[in-house]
Amino acid sequence: MDFVVITLLNSVAYGLLLFMLSSGLTLIFSMMGVLNFAHASFYMLGAYFAYQISTWSGFWLGLLLAPLLVGGVGMLVEWHGLRHVRRFGHVAELLFTFGLAIVFEELVPLIWGKASVPYAVPAQLEGALFSLHGAAFPIYKGFMMAMSLGMLAALYGVLTRTRIGLIIQASLTKPDMVEALGHNVPRITMLLFGGGTALAGLAGVIGGNAFVTEPSMAASVGFIVFVIVVVGGLGSLGGAFLASLLIGALQTFSVTLDVTLQQVLTLIGLSLPADTNLARVSLVQLGPVLPYLLMVAILILRPRGLMGVRES
Amino acid sequence: MSKFACRMAMAMLAALPATPAAADIKIAVIEGLSGPFARSGETLLAHVAGEAELMNKNGGLNGEKIELIPFDSKHSPQEALVQLKAATDQGVRYVMQGASSGVSFALSDAITKWNARNPDKTVLFLNYTSVDPSLTNENCSFWHFRFEAHADMKLEAITNVLMTTKDAKKVYLIGQDNPAGQRVSKVTKKMLSMKRPDIQIVGDDIHAPGKVKDFAPYVSKIIASGADSVVTANFGNDLALLLKAAKDADMKARVYTFYAGSSGGPASIDFAPAGQVIHIADWHRNITADDAPLNAWIDGFNQKNRPNEFMYIRIKNMMGMLNKAMTMAKSQDPKAVALALEDMHYQGPTGDVWMRRDDHQIHMTQYVSQFVEQDGDAVKYDSEGTGKGWKTIDTIRAADSQLPTTCAMERP
Repeated sequence: MDFVVITLLNSVAYGLLLFMLSSGLTLIFSMMGVLNFAHASFYMLGAYFAYQISTWSGFWLGLLLAPLLVGGVGMLVEWHGLRHVRRFGHVAELLFTFGLAIVFEELVPLIWGKASVPYAVPAQLEGALFSLHGAAFPIYKGFMMAMSLGMLAALYGVLTRTRIGLIIQASLTKPDMVEALGHNVPRITMLLFGGGTALAGLAGVIGGNAFVTEPSMAASVGFIVFVIVVVGGLGSLGGAFLASLLIGALQTFSVTLDVTLQQVLTLIGLSLPADTNLARVSLVQLGPVLPYLLMVAILILRPRGLMGVRES
Repeated sequence: MSKFACRMAMAMLAALPATPAAADIKIAVIEGLSGPFARSGETLLAHVAGEAELMNKNGGLNGEKIELIPFDSKHSPQEALVQLKAATDQGVRYVMQGASSGVSFALSDAITKWNARNPDKTVLFLNYTSVDPSLTNENCSFWHFRFEAHADMKLEAITNVLMTTKDAKKVYLIGQDNPAGQRVSKVTKKMLSMKRPDIQIVGDDIHAPGKVKDFAPYVSKIIASGADSVVTANFGNDLALLLKAAKDADMKARVYTFYAGSSGGPASIDFAPAGQVIHIADWHRNITADDAPLNAWIDGFNQKNRPNEFMYIRIKNMMGMLNKAMTMAKSQDPKAVALALEDMHYQGPTGDVWMRRDDHQIHMTQYVSQFVEQDGDAVKYDSEGTGKGWKTIDTIRAADSQLPTTCAMERP
């Protein structure tokens, strides 16, 4: 029983981390229609900025400043780059953000080196929150979960309950009218992009020391965030949340359950040729592929995703 | 980027007092000097460059200056073959590589074929790190020499330690889903069933390399299994993240690793509780803590190559053996040198090393050590500025990790 509880906790924790990673991407996509390939790079920047600040004045200031800095970089990118490229359509946008991701990946090791940097969890958040069946549940993981839920609540609140949220929503469908009412639409777009990248930065601040802060960290999360956005439904915050939890559970339970592919297929009355490599494949091996399989299935069966509102 | 990495490598080599002349001995180092594995490539290149510089200062290889030429394989076998072609075009007769077994296979195979076609321009392949056992077994070649213990020999040593560790009762295997990871799982089970049949294998997990972000579910499985020892050939992030999740969940089991001590390893696991991480290697700095000249040299190396540190004594041995072989053969011809290297005994900083004639596999003492706090005594030196260093807990003599070979070598 304890084992099931701890596995469930692990899966929710992982799911919430995935949501943290993908919320900024969803925000930018749903509000601007820009699929930002450099999203994971902003996540990496967040981790490195936070590390740099933490070497001067500790973790907490980094938690506050690093996302703002990343958001600032994001706004500059929108203002001086993306804005000009968007005129030429989606392909130009994609290529621009794709190139940006490569630029960041090469710049970071030039500044901070190719090795991982010693960005550590602050002492206040070290240690175990509680212990179940000999397995401790770390405080930091609890902190991560709380931050992720906080992000969801804040995003939802800002977009639906505040004036700026209403203007943002209005400027998406009726930009000319919003502009005519005296609002600066390009500035709103810039703020939005900055906000989305700041969320990625915040995820980096928190994920950077939970995992490893090194130059390939962007590449390691680059794909999974797109899977979440696609599965959840392009542009749906709630969908991304649901998809994150789903994928978190899928990956955690595939590791924990010691079953082979054959055993799973038997449940639906299929069998694999005996004595082949495929028949011996365990779910543990398959675990990392499952989210991608899910994405393909969703794209075929329900192209708009779990909670998406439009077809593309 | 590759150009940039090459230029950096060149800059590193610019310190060499070598002035290219016709008689210089050209040595090619073919490693991934750009891309995600650039760090290990850089470190290995720096080791060879350091030895070459030292030798050139002391009269060179058998009296000739070494001209070291780095080639960027981008860690890919295809690219390595392109670079090999470039090297042979420049008249290189000695090729060194080791960071990837896949690349080693491609090079060994291509060099053997090249030598059959060009008996007057033969090339010798000196491999200093790649550990796939088949390179000195079914896929062995007369033109390939390995200066590192292969994976099965390391496992022989690790299982010897487990055999004598009384409180080791339940072992958990976890590894990457690649040939090396699968082999470790298979061979460990086989060796343990012979040496300590009472040890239970309580888990055997294989995961996609570099894909797992959160190892917490694996760790909770390990804890639930009651394992007291974990054996893993994971390296890089897969090792660091595993140990991080282990620390978070307060896992108590010891972790036997292959790569915790390789470049970037110690810095990425500095958080691990003292004594939990165990590593097997031919050397760590605290073994030769009393060797003042060696330590002075290492200090200089570390100063110059920061953050990379000196950690491969076998590259020192390899260059020393190459020099000895050339001196013995009174020749720089790869075939004569290869024949002189066969069955050679050499006194390195940790004692005798022996190149077995049958398969061109080195045999040397290996050390099992624990990652513990630096104490200025048994742990005089730390590793990669972590404040923690390696403390020897067991010494495996060369004879105790010697394994039979299936190599049927074709000699020219």
